[in-house]
Amino acid sequence: MDKAMEPLYVTACAAVSALGRGTAATLEALRQSRSGLQPCDLEHADLPTYIGRVQGLEAEHVTTTQYDCRNNRLAQLALQQDGFEEAVARAREQYRPQRIGVFIGTSTSGIQETERAYRNRDPKTGALPDTFSFRDTSNLTSVADYVRCYLNLLGPLMSISTACSSSAKVFAVARRFMHAGLCDAAVVGGVDSLCLSTLYGFNSLELLSSQPCRPADRGRDGISIGEAGGFALLEQPNAAPSGQATVALLGYGESSDAHHMSSPHPEGIGARLAMERALRCAGLEPAAIDYINLHGTATASNDLIEDRALCAVFGTGVPCSSTKGWTGHALGAAGIIEALISWLSIQHDLVPGSLNTRELDPAINSNIVLQNRQQTVRRVLSNSFGFGGSNCSLVFGSIA
Amino acid sequence: MITLRVAGIGILGPGFDGWDAGRALFAGERAYEGGDTAEPRSTLLSPTERRRMSYTTRLAVHVAQQALEQSGLPGDELATVFASSDGDTAILHQLCNALALPEKAVSPTAFHNSVHNAPAGYWSIATGSHTSSNSLSCYDATFVTGLLDAACQVTVEHRPVLLNVYDMKMPQPLYDARPIDISFAVALVLLPQASSTSLARVDIELRPSESPESAFDQPALEGLRRANPAARALPLLAALARTHASEVVLSYTNGNCVHVQVTP
Repeated sequence: MDKAMEPLYVTACAAVSALGRGTAATLEALRQSRSGLQPCDLEHADLPTYIGRVQGLEAEHVTTTQYDCRNNRLAQLALQQDGFEEAVARAREQYRPQRIGVFIGTSTSGIQETERAYRNRDPKTGALPDTFSFRDTSNLTSVADYVRCYLNLLGPLMSISTACSSSAKVFAVARRFMHAGLCDAAVVGGVDSLCLSTLYGFNSLELLSSQPCRPADRGRDGISIGEAGGFALLEQPNAAPSGQATVALLGYGESSDAHHMSSPHPEGIGARLAMERALRCAGLEPAAIDYINLHGTATASNDLIEDRALCAVFGTGVPCSSTKGWTGHALGAAGIIEALISWLSIQHDLVPGSLNTRELDPAINSNIVLQNRQQTVRRVLSNSFGFGGSNCSLVFGSIA
Repeated sequence: MITLRVAGIGILGPGFDGWDAGRALFAGERAYEGGDTAEPRSTLLSPTERRRMSYTTRLAVHVAQQALEQSGLPGDELATVFASSDGDTAILHQLCNALALPEKAVSPTAFHNSVHNAPAGYWSIATGSHTSSNSLSCYDATFVTGLLDAACQVTVEHRPVLLNVYDMKMPQPLYDARPIDISFAVALVLLPQASSTSLARVDIELRPSESPESAFDQPALEGLRRANPAARALPLLAALARTHASEVVLSYTNGNCVHVQVTP
């Protein structure tokens, strides 16, 4: 792609994370430097780690009972924020339900229900409980299908599961479906909820931090897992209602590491390619980026390698930070939550600091911002790098 | 309408391994009598990587290698789409079993193999490819969703794409909740325009449609089509096996269908 892509307008968005319900609560937590991380208290998870937990999910109920699980409750709660349903209702009228696609990222969907079913197997036969609905809770498609069902949409549908880049890649996929004429607008998003599989899985890889995670810190010792749900409505500039959007997707870049399943390429080749391709797709030079939202998981290797790749593309000047010290690592929902933080950054000229980072790792050379900073932000690049070497960088910009 | 070319086909299922065997069956040259699914064996990965791979990864990489070889293209030039309804359910079973016990002793290898994009990760390692890669699921519509995603990449990004669709036989006790009777995998190399290796032209159109989805008259083949989400590809493979042009209708979601015109 030699010509810059035509921007896609973000005409509505909504999110729930450990920082709270809705974009206003998220912004408020950012402004107050209030982390959403807390000691792990998830049922059956006896691990000395911190989590980013969404409060009150236990009291939520999904509108279609067969879909009931923590992940779809989180999806529904997010859909109910920020006037998102109303915006989709308007789009449904404008484009027809068949012409709006639904592309949702998740790493584990409602796997907690399968975990529960295995705890409750019949002691004699080993059978899972009759009440277990695999399709509507645990299967990866469940979350996309529930979102489609809740929003009464009938267009193309897909769950994307590329580990921690899942809900960044939804933007690339939606853009291609729209550009190819398969839909006129798209609901994109990501939902991942706390479960034993990811907590004990990352624990088995010795990647869980015993403290609230400290991205880019000399004393960082791993990730804090979080849960989150977030959505955006994407429309073409010539079709979106005027005045509705303030930010747009300007570009995306995808790559593979081709190195190792659970550790990043030592030279950060995949990360570098993702950033370079995103800039090329947006038709921008590195100097056009005002802030970079890092993948910044706070593992020893990720932060070092991301720094190396970033410095190769941008040098050491551009302000950057990881926001995982606020939300935790929301895995398949990290891309959408960090997209939302990127939009808040543009809308409020706010560069969020790297929360919990006390002393920068001297081996890290990029310009990591430690305290919130008020400065003009017109364009943001957001990184999401997944397990298995699946990388995606996104460029967002102000429309005004 | 999206127009592309098919330049390589890989297939593995009960009683067939590779496009030569598949073509004869799906063109109706001989009756389908079933059989066992051969053990997938890719020669692209080192023995160490192969030992670490899960069954679904070996399944996907096996057919991907067949399609790639037929296309004659270098593996590091193709973007990839890996589509599976349920991913590696043997590992899901292993993880959930371990988590139901008091020690909750999860194997680190099982955990990193449990991600839906594990086959994509191993494939990029095997081919040294830094191209983009998607991993997706859409329950029983997984094949057609993967086809649309791959087609969009071919036409929007103007690059060749390797599409892999696979699901494994469901282990007990999960089988009762989601019966998948056989293991099946298919791979297609898709190109933006004709080349010396392209086998057929396909025109793809998404329509809200009342047309019934394409099925088989032969009960054994129809049973196979319904036995695994990836096997919903069979009507398209049958069209690719024919020497004359034909159209197939693949069921998508919410009453939508994908019409595929195949021209050899």
